[in-house]
Amino acid sequence: MKFAIKQIAACALFACATGVFAQSGQTVKIAFIDPLSGPFANVGQNQLKSWQFVAEQLSGAKNPAGVKFEVAGFDNKGSPQESLNSLKAAIDQGFRYVTQGNGSGAGMAIADAVAKHNERNPGKEVIYLNYAAVDPAMTNEKCDYWHFRLDADTSMKMEALTSFMKDQPKVTKVYLLNQNYSHGQQVAKYFKEGLARKRPDVKIVGEDLHPIGQVKDFSPYVAKIKQSGADAIVTGNWGADLTLFVKALNDAGLKLPMYTYYAQVTGTPKALAAGGEGEVYVIAYGHANHAGDIGTLTADFKKKFNDDFYTLSTYNGINLVSAAMAKAKSVDPVKVAAAMEGLSVKSFAGEVQMRKSDHQLQQTMFVTKWQKVDAKNPYSVENTGYTFAPVKQMDPYVASTPTSCQMKRPG
Amino acid sequence: MEFFTISLLNGISYGLLLFMLSSGLTLIFSMMGVLNFAHASFYMLGAYFGFTVTEWLGFWPALVLAPLGVGVLGAVFERYGLRRVHKFGHVPELLITFGMSYIILELVQLVWGRSSVDYRVPQALDGPLFTLFGTQFPMYRAFMMGVALAMLAALWLLLTRTRIGLVIQAALSHPEMAEALGHNVPRVFMLVFGGGCALAGLAGVIGGNAFVTEPGMAVSVGGIIFVVVVVGGMGSLGGAFLASLLIGLVQTFAVAIDVSVVSMLQGAGVLLTEQTPGYALWKLKLSQVAPILPYLFLVLMLIFRPKGLMGTREE
Repeated sequence: MKFAIKQIAACALFACATGVFAQSGQTVKIAFIDPLSGPFANVGQNQLKSWQFVAEQLSGAKNPAGVKFEVAGFDNKGSPQESLNSLKAAIDQGFRYVTQGNGSGAGMAIADAVAKHNERNPGKEVIYLNYAAVDPAMTNEKCDYWHFRLDADTSMKMEALTSFMKDQPKVTKVYLLNQNYSHGQQVAKYFKEGLARKRPDVKIVGEDLHPIGQVKDFSPYVAKIKQSGADAIVTGNWGADLTLFVKALNDAGLKLPMYTYYAQVTGTPKALAAGGEGEVYVIAYGHANHAGDIGTLTADFKKKFNDDFYTLSTYNGINLVSAAMAKAKSVDPVKVAAAMEGLSVKSFAGEVQMRKSDHQLQQTMFVTKWQKVDAKNPYSVENTGYTFAPVKQMDPYVASTPTSCQMKRPG
Repeated sequence: MEFFTISLLNGISYGLLLFMLSSGLTLIFSMMGVLNFAHASFYMLGAYFGFTVTEWLGFWPALVLAPLGVGVLGAVFERYGLRRVHKFGHVPELLITFGMSYIILELVQLVWGRSSVDYRVPQALDGPLFTLFGTQFPMYRAFMMGVALAMLAALWLLLTRTRIGLVIQAALSHPEMAEALGHNVPRVFMLVFGGGCALAGLAGVIGGNAFVTEPGMAVSVGGIIFVVVVVGGMGSLGGAFLASLLIGLVQTFAVAIDVSVVSMLQGAGVLLTEQTPGYALWKLKLSQVAPILPYLFLVLMLIFRPKGLMGTREE
């Protein structure tokens, strides 16, 4: 009898430790849909590794839900059409969570397809975690219940960036160079809006939109910038489009302060290093020199892949999803989506919150500057001996922007 | 003036790189009548070979060895692939080179990976050559221009002033006669094909580090070199040279011109607003459409002058 009680008690204890929550011990598969070939393959490959690395590091007991995360890559070749094929393949293979980031064009196609799929297939809902597609439309007029954005959108980044530029009196003439698709156009639009409010004295002396991933030789653009007499460049370019632009600037010996979104992304730091120290700023929700948990992850990532871990939204993403799973006590996307609304989790820079009204993560923003590594900022980006050191940190409310989203919730 | 000069230099140097790329293609086409779809893939192979040899031996040996390697591969492909389908006509020839381009792409991705490799400009050629109006002109660009010009001169001398060149030309226009005179015509074709591929390889070694060496590089130049060959006149080396320069200059200068239909009509007193039908099209600036101009050229050229600028073929 005594033995039986003991046994029951032990069982109860064991259950408490591991199995009281239905979701605990389950495997959550996430489909990563992004370019893994073509001109932006290097970026996509790095981010797939980032997702897989973070998923592995934060699996099991390391996350509040106790689930195991697995991330599989699907190559969308950067195109919206291929994204839909990849999404279909992923859904057919049983993935209920998808993530995508490179390109708002592909992002919007996925958001739209996910919404339709969920409407037509009750019980098989899919959640779309957007870790880097920053077109504000996705959380405004085109917002959708199943879409959650982990990055900060362009309106927020430009809010933060123009707040920073307010204190940069030497910027008087700005040149805008962007990729000709939704993201690049939004960068130009929101920058001009923010500037008109905060620095009406600054002139836009030139503006270019070039086809994405097509231009190999940026020297004509550089000559144009030189001629315009600009004293600063603002660009939302990423991947090869930024790397080649930086190369052309170096070749022409044109050294202007550059305000960028993605200078830390694969390939670009190497090109920057060839030009030495210069005024290159990045506006983002994180940087390479965080201490604590994320710092350890960055160092381990470098050790494992000899590559930079810069997509920190993967970390917030896994933490947010697992917190929602713990809250919902389930891995069912319907319950998890509901739990994620308005949910706050601890991040590498204070708390982040998934705003309920538009599913845009509210987070701290940083402006970082390209410089040689030093004692305070020791992380050598792409082994160049240079790093991005934070020069300004802005609390979430600074960059927070209103939304026009009229969210339609299921049921 | 300052802007004009810099843009002129940029345009010419870009045009000369295009010429390096397309000369091999036009050579093969004019000599053998084969439209080599895999040509840009040999360019890519040249860049990757150049990268690997540079890591082992340095850039200068790579400049010689990589094109040779690509040339040998091209010759082998001609000997064991192209020659067999030659007798079936042009369409199978086209198809086999088309298939080859995919094979090369996949092989490159298997060997060197899917992302770009760190292929850099050699130290000795890094840095500015001269400074003009405060803008530096990179030494490497001048080097590219020099190689392209040297290539043009060497090709021209080879084809018109040497015995081999005469045999090649004879084999082209009168293959039976050349054969009857004891020349090995199939071998001549093999050499021409290998040589054309080697030229593409050379362009790869030089262009790979000036831009990016990645698996997408063949696709990104594949279209434009066909434009050069068609605009210049199928099979005309001089035409290809002219067309390359023309396209290089047009693309460079178009970037600088912020004129749209809207702004032009505004100058003439007509105001187009967002309510005007097709406003999205009219407000496009010339600088925005610069990269598609060459393709527009291609279409117009085929409509109005199918033989190209300097083509010799009769319709």
